[in-house]
Amino acid sequence: MHARAQAAREVPLDQYQPEYLTAAEYAFIMAATDRIIPEDGEGPGALETRVPVFIDRQLAGDFGTAADLYMEGPFTPTADPFLGTQTPLTPAEIYRGGIAAFDAWCAQTHNASFADLDAETQDAAITALSEGDVPLGPELREFWSLLLQNTREGYFSDPQYGGNAGMASWVYIGFPGARGSFFEWVGRPEAYPLGPVNIAGERA
Amino acid sequence: MARTDPKKDVVIIGLGWTGSILGMELAQEGLEILALERGPDRETVPDFQYPNVIDELKYGIRLGFMQKPRNSTLTVRRSLTETAQPYRRLGSFLPGDGVGGAGIHWNGQTWRPMAEEFRLKSYVEESFGADIIPEGMTIQDWGVSYDELEPYFDRFEYMAGIAGKAGNLNGEIQPGGNPFEAPRSRDYPMPPMKQGVDAQMFEQAARAMGLHPFPRPAANATQAYTNEYGMQLGPCNYCGFCERYGCANYSKSSPQTCVLDALKRMPNFSYKVNSEVLKIELAEDRATATGVTYFDEAAQEEVFQPADLVIVAAYSLHNVHLMLLSGIGDPWDPVTQTGTTGKNYAYQMNGGTSMFFRDVEFNPFAAAGSNGVSIDDYAINQIDFAREGFIGGSYITAGISNGQPIRGISLPAGTPSWGAGWKQGIGDWYGHSMSIGSHGSNMAYRDCYLDLDPTYTDRHGRPLMRMTFNWKDNDIRMTQFMRSKIEPIAEAMQPDSWRSSYKSEGAQYDVRPYQTTHNVGGAIMGEDRETSSLNRYLQTWGQHNVFVMGASAFPQNIQYNPTGAVGALAYWAADAIRRDYLPNPRPLV
Repeated sequence: MHARAQAAREVPLDQYQPEYLTAAEYAFIMAATDRIIPEDGEGPGALETRVPVFIDRQLAGDFGTAADLYMEGPFTPTADPFLGTQTPLTPAEIYRGGIAAFDAWCAQTHNASFADLDAETQDAAITALSEGDVPLGPELREFWSLLLQNTREGYFSDPQYGGNAGMASWVYIGFPGARGSFFEWVGRPEAYPLGPVNIAGERA
Repeated sequence: MARTDPKKDVVIIGLGWTGSILGMELAQEGLEILALERGPDRETVPDFQYPNVIDELKYGIRLGFMQKPRNSTLTVRRSLTETAQPYRRLGSFLPGDGVGGAGIHWNGQTWRPMAEEFRLKSYVEESFGADIIPEGMTIQDWGVSYDELEPYFDRFEYMAGIAGKAGNLNGEIQPGGNPFEAPRSRDYPMPPMKQGVDAQMFEQAARAMGLHPFPRPAANATQAYTNEYGMQLGPCNYCGFCERYGCANYSKSSPQTCVLDALKRMPNFSYKVNSEVLKIELAEDRATATGVTYFDEAAQEEVFQPADLVIVAAYSLHNVHLMLLSGIGDPWDPVTQTGTTGKNYAYQMNGGTSMFFRDVEFNPFAAAGSNGVSIDDYAINQIDFAREGFIGGSYITAGISNGQPIRGISLPAGTPSWGAGWKQGIGDWYGHSMSIGSHGSNMAYRDCYLDLDPTYTDRHGRPLMRMTFNWKDNDIRMTQFMRSKIEPIAEAMQPDSWRSSYKSEGAQYDVRPYQTTHNVGGAIMGEDRETSSLNRYLQTWGQHNVFVMGASAFPQNIQYNPTGAVGALAYWAADAIRRDYLPNPRPLV
């Protein structure tokens, strides 16, 4: 995993060969995560931290295939959302269906697929998606919450999973990562001075 | 065809805290013991080893030490008429998996319930009158008193190496401790933990308001410590990866750090992992169990394991599931209000207020699972239930347990959840927020219970258990009362802003966000076989050689984290088995 993550870090994001996503889906993930955590302002964005690589790998692995989830029927995807996920689809399938449905909505509403919209229109489309105003159908209704959660995971998780390149998100917020001991710092009302380390032992 | 293995004196179902304790205590009697654990084996090295365990995605988010719903789950509904749906993805609660069970991934907050909580129904009736108990509330006494359990709390706390400060030593109130707690026979085995800036600020504010702050009792060692089994703990280094993780530092009390290596050296004890018990088998006359049937994952076959004594020591929910599947006790019927198995499932009513301080550095990653400061000024024995209009109480507490960023960065009200505003928010507020929480009781109700689901089955073809549970007005009034006490403390601390999150009228149970893994009841202990599953020694009323450990024995939920009471009850039951049952096996009541 380390070696693969290392190798992927060397490939520019637009030349990365996805393991699960199709080229069009990858273009969507690049565009969408760039709006969820944009480059502008203080702190790194989703693209600088390689969140799309993280999402692709997660969807190709146990997370994407729902390896841990109870997936026996009957399924009632229309059940009250408080009763939890009830879709028969795996997370990878939710992305596949969700991207297609959302892109179709973008084409109908804004005359282009999401990746081809300007940033302002993309933000308006994501706002509609996040507020439940894009009709996805009950089996896909977790698409937005998965996309938002996985984007944050890719931004903040240990770099071995393909995102958080250079530990840039940890540097930005001041999280020291896997240092594993802060005994002397408990109760001290001053900023911790050291930067992060990752599980592989690298420093930012 | 099931294989049949040679008979054992004792079979223990589950090798977490209670299975380890009962294994150790009964092994000292020279009995031949086999523990069956359905999950994998786990040891500090390699499973909790630094740095690999410091992995938020793998353990904190993908929940690597928890049960996979694919292997084991239940269904949930909020009312008697709703169709239950499977708990397909873990959310609200996180049962542990493997050797050590939930004892590896807890935070370590180790409390004693108040004396009044063990006889809650009697306390309410005597103090306020039976008519304040609302229709449908089914609270009961435990059948055992605090005074009887005190030596066993002491035993558990000294075995586990708990750090804290006594507030009541043999009736004398101690400065700096919890003045409202029941009397202790001696102080904690280790001094309290260091406190973070947030806990120090809360302590000052609470004290200035005339309240009584004290350090949280912690299963995170503050010194080098050797317990009665010769097991050693080293002082916690506040790594900030406690809850959901195994401890890399031999500092968090767990079956691994406190019992298992000593137990594994006992020649008359053995254990098998990846061995899920499917059923407790009963004799023809149903007066005893004959052993258990389990699925041996390695051999891919069912095995009948005969035994003279069956200790049910799985997680509380799984204890009840096994009893329902095995026909131990009659299932609770919420309409006729008869039967006992599955009765009085209860949860925990929590809430909190987050505060934001632009100029304070909290360093949230410099934390342990249970450092922090609490007050018990609004605890169960301090509230006039008749005047306030609810039955219950909370401890109120501040103590940041981690600074892991995926699990959530608290942001002021109005901060966007994505986009440039969110990114600005995490940069501005990470390390600059704290919270004061209310950790409250949850009463038992006629229609909050556990039974077998009519539709869904597990990988062995057994019916899943069905949980029927929802929030009730009584407990919502309790948490709103706590809100009215916490918000003035928060305001007195003068944050830049603050926001509250408490259940309000009409709140419905939502299985998605994590709340707490304090699932209790369903196999409750008590004085009367008509109204409880277990007698006061945790022995099933119907099968005298079956004892059921764990928080499933709580008749309703206490206002505290359950492990202290679970540990004390395990030692109490072990003592009864050793002194009274083994010489003359029979119903002890």
